[in-house]
Amino acid sequence: MMGVLLRQAADRPFASSALAMLAPKIGRRGRRGNVSAYLFLLPWIAGILVLTLGPMLASLYFSLTSFELFGSPHFVGLANYERMFFQDPRFLQALEVTVAYVLLSVPLKLAFALAIALLLNRQLRGLGVYRAIYYLPSLLGGSVAIAIMWRQIFSYDGLLNEILLKFGIDGPSWISSPDYALDTLVALAVWQFGSPMVIFLAGLKQIPKELYDASAVDGAGKIAQFFRITLPMLTPIVFFNFVMQMIGSFQAFTPAFIISGGTGGPADSTLFYTLYLYQVAFGDFQMGYGSALAWFLLGIIATATALAFISSRYWVFYEDSGA
Amino acid sequence: MSSMASMRSRPWIRHVVLILGAIVMVYPLVWMLASSIKPERLIFSDPGIWPSEIDGSNYSRGWNGVGIPFGNFFVNSFIISVGAVIGNLVACSLAAYAFGRLSFPGRKTLFALMLGTMMLPAHATLIPQYILFFNLGWVNTYLPMIAPKFLAVDAFFIFLMVQFIRGLPKELDEAAAIDGASSFEVYWHIILPLLRPALITTALFTFIWTYDDFLTPLIYLSDMTLYTVPQGLRLFLASTGQSSWGPLLAMSVLSLVPVFIIFLIFQNRLIEGISRTGGKG
Repeated sequence: MMGVLLRQAADRPFASSALAMLAPKIGRRGRRGNVSAYLFLLPWIAGILVLTLGPMLASLYFSLTSFELFGSPHFVGLANYERMFFQDPRFLQALEVTVAYVLLSVPLKLAFALAIALLLNRQLRGLGVYRAIYYLPSLLGGSVAIAIMWRQIFSYDGLLNEILLKFGIDGPSWISSPDYALDTLVALAVWQFGSPMVIFLAGLKQIPKELYDASAVDGAGKIAQFFRITLPMLTPIVFFNFVMQMIGSFQAFTPAFIISGGTGGPADSTLFYTLYLYQVAFGDFQMGYGSALAWFLLGIIATATALAFISSRYWVFYEDSGA
Repeated sequence: MSSMASMRSRPWIRHVVLILGAIVMVYPLVWMLASSIKPERLIFSDPGIWPSEIDGSNYSRGWNGVGIPFGNFFVNSFIISVGAVIGNLVACSLAAYAFGRLSFPGRKTLFALMLGTMMLPAHATLIPQYILFFNLGWVNTYLPMIAPKFLAVDAFFIFLMVQFIRGLPKELDEAAAIDGASSFEVYWHIILPLLRPALITTALFTFIWTYDDFLTPLIYLSDMTLYTVPQGLRLFLASTGQSSWGPLLAMSVLSLVPVFIIFLIFQNRLIEGISRTGGKG
C-alpha cells in the first residue's frame, strides 16, 4: 500500500525496497531501453525542470527580494521573513486560522471516515449504495457551487437556522460571526469524509479473515478484536490518510474564498494561509513577500509531514516491518 | 461489548444508523436542487425538500444573470478540461511506461523525485509559474491551465499508471521486443491498449479536478469572456450578493451536472481509483 511506500521512501529515499519493487527489472532489454527511456520521460523531465524545480529555486530567490510584478526584483536579504514574524499581524492570524482548521478538520474527518467504513465493512446489503452516497460529497465538495450552497445554509436566514427555528432556537448568522465562521468551513471539510472512507474500506478488505477466526477461537470478543486486529492492521492506512488530508487541508482555498467573498473575514477569522498568500501575491502583486509566504508554507507542510513520519515509527504497525 | 454484540445480532440497527447518516449527507444537495426550482420567497421560509410551488424562472434568469450567458462559461470550462485530459493522458502514460517497463540509469532517483512531487503543495510553484507565464504572454489564455499537463506535472497519474503497468503480464511486450518491435511500438500497440482502465480513471479525475479548479483560472483569466464555470458562479455571487439566491442556486446546480453525470456512470471506477492509489478526490 501507499502508506508503506511513503514511509520507506522517506526513510531511505533512493534505495528503498518498496521503490525497487515498484519499478520492475527488465534486465535483458539492455541498452536499447536506455536511450528511448529518456525520450519517453522527456515531457516529464522538461516539466519537472521548467515548472517545478526551476520555479522553486526562483521563488526561493524571489523570497529574498522586494519584487513587484511590473518591476524587477532587488535583493533585501531576510527582510521578508522578518516582516512575516515581526510586522505582519495578518500573517500570524492566517497561520493561526490555518493550523486551527487543520487540527480540527483532519481528525474529525478521519474519525467519521473510519466509523462509517467500519459500519460498511463486511457483506452488508446495499453496501454499494451506501458507499456511493457517502462518497458523493467528497467528489462534489471542492467546487464553487458547493461553497455557495454552504454559504446559503449557514447564513442568518439559511437552511440551518430554518431547521433550528422549528425547535424554537434562534440561531446566529454563522458565516458572518467571527466565532463560528471557521467552524462552518470545518464542517464543510468534514462533510467530505468520503474519500478517506473509501481508502479505509479498501484497507479493511485487506485484513486476512484468518486473523479474526484465530482470535475468535482464542475467545476474543468483538471489542478485543477491534483493538488487537482491526486497528493495528489499519494503522498504515490511518497514517496515509492523515498525511494526505493534512497536506490537503493546509492548502484549502476555495471554500474560504467563496464563503468570505475573498476577504478572509469576518475579522480575518477565515483568513486561510493560501487566501492571504493570494491577496499578497495576486491582489497587491508583492511577488517577493508572496514567495516568502509560499516557502514558509512549504516549510510548515514539510515539517509536519516529517513529524508524522517520525511519529509513525511508534504507532504504525507494518506487517512486513521485519526488514 | 454489548452494543457491538447487539449490532451484530440485529443488523437493522446498522442500517438505521447508516440511513440516518446518508440523509444528513445528501440533504444539503437535495435541498439545493429543490430550492433552485422554488419561487424565491419560499427558499428562506420553507426548509423542506418538496417544493409547494414549482418555478423554473430561476434557471432562465440565472442563465443570463451576469450579462454573459452561462453557456459561454460551460464551453470555456469544457475546452480547458478536455485539453488538460489529453495532456495528462499523453504525457503521464509516456512517463509511466518508462518508469514501469524500461531500465535506465537514474531510474530509482527519478522515480523517488516523481513521488516527492506528488506531495508538493501547488502553492510552492504558484508565483514563479505565474511570473513565467506572465512573461510568456500567457495571461488571459488557456495555456496556463493546459500546457503544464503536456509536461506531466500531475505525478499522481504517473503513479497510478505505473502501478497498473506493474500488474500487466510482461510476456506480451517481451515477445514483441524479441520480434524486433521498438519500445515505442511496444508502448503504442501493447501497453496503451492494456492500460485503458487506468487511462479512463486518469481522464475522469483530470476532467473533474480541472473543471472544479478555481484558483488557477482566478489568477490567469481576467477577461470575462474567457471565464470558467466556477468563475462565472463567483462573478454571479459577487455582483448580485444576497439578492438573487434562486438564480444563483440554479446555476450552482447546473454547474454540478457534468460531475454528477460522471459520478452516476463511473462511480465504481472512481472509487476503485481512489482505493488503489489513495487519491485526493
